[in-house]
Amino acid sequence: MSGPQAVAATPTRGPMTHRGELLRGMTAIRLFEERCVELYSAGLIRGFLHVAIGEEAVAVGVMQALTEEDAVVSTYREHGHALARGLPMDVVMAEMYGKVTGCSRGRGGSMHLFDVSRRFYGGNAIVGGGLPLAIGLGLADKMRGRTAVTACFFGDGAFAEGEFHECVNLAALWQLPVLFACENNLYAMGTAIARAQAETDLALRAASYGIASWAVDGMDAVAVETSARHAVDRIRNGGGPCFLELRTYRFRAHSMYDPDRYRDKAEIARWRERDPIDLLVRQMTEDGEVTSDDVDAINAELNTEIDKAVAAAEAAPLEPVADLARFVHSEPEGVGR
Amino acid sequence: MTTTTTPARTVETTYREAMREAIREALREDDRVFLMGEDVGKYGGCFAVSLGLLEEFGPERVRDTPLSESAFVGAGIGAAIAGMRPIVEIMTVNFSLLALDQIINNAATLLHMSGGQVQVPLVIRMTTGAGRQLAAQHSHSLEGWYAHIPGIKVVAPATLEDARGMLGTALADPDPVLLFEHGSLYNMGGTLREDAGPVDIHRAVVRRQGRDLTLISYGGSMPKTLEAAGTLAAEGIEAEVVDLRSLRPLDDETITTSVRRTHRAVVVDEGWRSGSLSSEILARITEQCFYDLDSPLERVCSAEVPIPYAKHLEDAALPQPEAIVTAARRVVG
Repeated sequence: MSGPQAVAATPTRGPMTHRGELLRGMTAIRLFEERCVELYSAGLIRGFLHVAIGEEAVAVGVMQALTEEDAVVSTYREHGHALARGLPMDVVMAEMYGKVTGCSRGRGGSMHLFDVSRRFYGGNAIVGGGLPLAIGLGLADKMRGRTAVTACFFGDGAFAEGEFHECVNLAALWQLPVLFACENNLYAMGTAIARAQAETDLALRAASYGIASWAVDGMDAVAVETSARHAVDRIRNGGGPCFLELRTYRFRAHSMYDPDRYRDKAEIARWRERDPIDLLVRQMTEDGEVTSDDVDAINAELNTEIDKAVAAAEAAPLEPVADLARFVHSEPEGVGR
Repeated sequence: MTTTTTPARTVETTYREAMREAIREALREDDRVFLMGEDVGKYGGCFAVSLGLLEEFGPERVRDTPLSESAFVGAGIGAAIAGMRPIVEIMTVNFSLLALDQIINNAATLLHMSGGQVQVPLVIRMTTGAGRQLAAQHSHSLEGWYAHIPGIKVVAPATLEDARGMLGTALADPDPVLLFEHGSLYNMGGTLREDAGPVDIHRAVVRRQGRDLTLISYGGSMPKTLEAAGTLAAEGIEAEVVDLRSLRPLDDETITTSVRRTHRAVVVDEGWRSGSLSSEILARITEQCFYDLDSPLERVCSAEVPIPYAKHLEDAALPQPEAIVTAARRVVG
């Protein structure tokens, strides 16, 4: 069902149902990011930090539909995508700390997590900037006769960029194996979608390029996974690119700098009632699939893992300044990791 | 142009045909190579460089794209990451501004930002420069801008040998290379060794030897610079002419070796002077050869105007042999 990179790179305790895996994956992201917020507030993580708290179902649900051969291109709000793709917590945390043991050797930080071994191609901090890369990955896979699918995450803000329209058109024209995973959280930083898009039905607009497009409840991990599987199967079988509008919401501000003046508190509270983790726990509890003890155990285990990741990051060495200019060009013996 | 002990078989060719041969050879020898850009296929290339290649290699490997510079340049980056060796053609450097995000924020940056993981073995070719009355939006020389950016290599073939040989070397490079073809050079004809092949893309070369001053130029300004050197020779001033070939990295050694010998230098660059490649070269000469200099450095650049259409105005805006000669005379004193 799920590939070896499934959900989070944490040791599983005992047999877990599939929904249990989804729950665990989302909880891993939630707790990891909550810890990042604390560390940021304590001055231990710097730069920009964009958390996806509230959007975990999207990352975990879409990633469930992918296999090892597939590729992922992400945005600057990508901790969840990275963890769901299987990047270990310790290398992601070390990257937050700017340490050499980080997944980008401390050169990327929160916005630029990379792991080529998992075909996780970053962490792009230019809105829409990852889309051309994604169609290029898809083009190469198609030209080489590989069956891989490239999943490209981007937000509703990117839908306003010319790059998005160029890329969807080209992907449709060349029938490239790309899943356009649009995380519509209703705000492009501080700009509400209705203030930026003349037509806010994004799936409808994407469909105008002649590709299969539909909207999904992005707060429901099971629904996201089901849709993503449908889309990925279709793409893998030569059906051309698909567009998923994943309707979601970020519970916290755009970044740690954002005072969040542009959103109504009542709106945030309304969306919090549809917290993807609570939603899944409720469904699983009703079906007798999980108890509050189980949930506590998952949380405790993940918190221990996060503690270890933090301790390892704090103890890890920094890249020597003498190596500052490495990786501007490739090194003769090959890449440096 | 090439000196050999045994005469090699040569062919009559042009800069355009030499570029085409280079692309053809790359397509023939490596099935990871493909050519992509606006009108490279059915039209035969805006400047007819790729004429006939669609018929020879088919639409998978000679790909016409929509007018979506950012998408197809970025697609080239993505395809390179995933193991292909794309040659992306952008019609002119002015159009490349529509893909600047992809070139600078992705192609130049991904390797470093990923801690050495993401290699981008991509070649982007584009036409640059003025002289054909194409006005401001088709005539600029922005290669010096690109030469500002760490993470990319920037080369400018000025001879048939380099038009034939730089592409293959650029494709073998594990990192992105931008190749600038000056529009005025495409019709330049001459003889080329039949077995001409890859050339290095990191060294400047001395195209003409001289002892009195060093003229430093590249690309489309090279014929003008060599013409100026000929005029100067008739006056008894022996100018050494350095062809930069690589704009990033700059070959400091060849430049400074020449200047240390001649003690005088003039840079000729079709780019504007403010904040430019010519500024950079003069700064490096000052940093490294200050005590070797016998006169102030000079440069001949384009007038600081958007390049105009009318021929007399365009000519006045561009570096011309007369201006190079005048600057050289001043420097020699």
